[in-house]
Amino acid sequence: MTTAKTTTAETAVEQAEFDRLIESDSRVEPRDWMPEAYRKTLIRQISQHAHSEIIGMQPEGNWITRAPSLKRKAILMAKVQDEAGHGLYLYSAAQTLGIDRETMFEQLITGAAKYSSIFNYTTPTWADMGSIGWLVDGAAICNQVPLCRASYGPYGRAMTRICKEESFHQRQGFEILLELMRGTPAQRAMAQESVNRWYAPALMMFGPPDDDSPNSKQSMAWNIKRFSNDDLRQRFIDMLVPQAEVLGVTLPDPELKWNEARGHYDFGPLNWDEFYEVLAGRGQANAQRVAKRKKAHDDGAWVREAARAYADARMEERLAS
Amino acid sequence: MTTPGDSGARETWPLWEVFIRSSRGLSHVHAGSLHAPDETMAVRNARDLYTRRAEGVSIWVVRASDITTSDPDAKGEFFESPQGKEFRHASYYSESESVPHL
Repeated sequence: MTTAKTTTAETAVEQAEFDRLIESDSRVEPRDWMPEAYRKTLIRQISQHAHSEIIGMQPEGNWITRAPSLKRKAILMAKVQDEAGHGLYLYSAAQTLGIDRETMFEQLITGAAKYSSIFNYTTPTWADMGSIGWLVDGAAICNQVPLCRASYGPYGRAMTRICKEESFHQRQGFEILLELMRGTPAQRAMAQESVNRWYAPALMMFGPPDDDSPNSKQSMAWNIKRFSNDDLRQRFIDMLVPQAEVLGVTLPDPELKWNEARGHYDFGPLNWDEFYEVLAGRGQANAQRVAKRKKAHDDGAWVREAARAYADARMEERLAS
Repeated sequence: MTTPGDSGARETWPLWEVFIRSSRGLSHVHAGSLHAPDETMAVRNARDLYTRRAEGVSIWVVRASDITTSDPDAKGEFFESPQGKEFRHASYYSESESVPHL
């Protein structure tokens, strides 16, 4: 009984210290006490984010061998390499919360952990490399910049590094579309068709409307999330419209209109049924994405084991001498 | 006690902490961590992962399990010695504030 009481009292002290850190907008570091729900929320969010980066290599990797010039190929390879790097920064951040990478990998393969639904869409044309950079990475940046100030130190630091690198991703995509829009009628049509397909899914990357996003409130109270899904979506649309004008593409929403009174663009409803369908595994490429990730992991097993065996043998040699 | 980035025994490769010197004249600063089978591969992986945009001129790696840290539960007492010793800072000496070159 005494032990239980002491434990409760200790927890109260720890909780108070945690609350003080959050309230003063300070940072929580790996070995600090934190509520179990806070830890779980972070593991879920950071690992999902890491999985998104790693799965996100596939839709673009699809075009590396067919990029239209050596310059574009080099850029695309650098971008896909960045995504691998971003995944690794984030896996490391998640690991500081006490989950190992093998477990995260299993959660991805079994579907226990999600990744961003956007990467379940296929990339049938070269213009999709432009749309992904401009719209998908654009939405990601909008989402990620406030995460640099997330209350969990390792997450914020990983995000700061990621955001620094991400802005090249958006610009290179924009310039792919710009080049197509300055090209032949067929190239312009290809750019427009691609934007038509990616626009709405990119807007849905911010997550469901605030009323249907039950976890958002707690995440905001913990200073993990700084702005609501709808606020970020609105901010993104307001930025997109003038950019679309520079490109000369039409954003596929007939209800998109400047609202003087609100100081924002009004926009039409999004198809959330589609969002939930893709989330439930019934998108264009869900099975293919996960299968490819699993194959890459399995095919690499002998490399990991051989390198480990070599390292162990060398260590033994050193100890023996 | 766990080390900063220690994450369990299931990993095939150990975890390494990476420190980067961004340019001559500056000290190595913690950049992040990674998995690698040995120190040689850890340095190479660190180059690929943390210096893709010329962020470094020198890299240190150290096994996460070799790092010893202060006890997080004792942070209050452990760091309390400087408390109340404002006289260790120049700002404590206000009488000499307007005297030039002091």
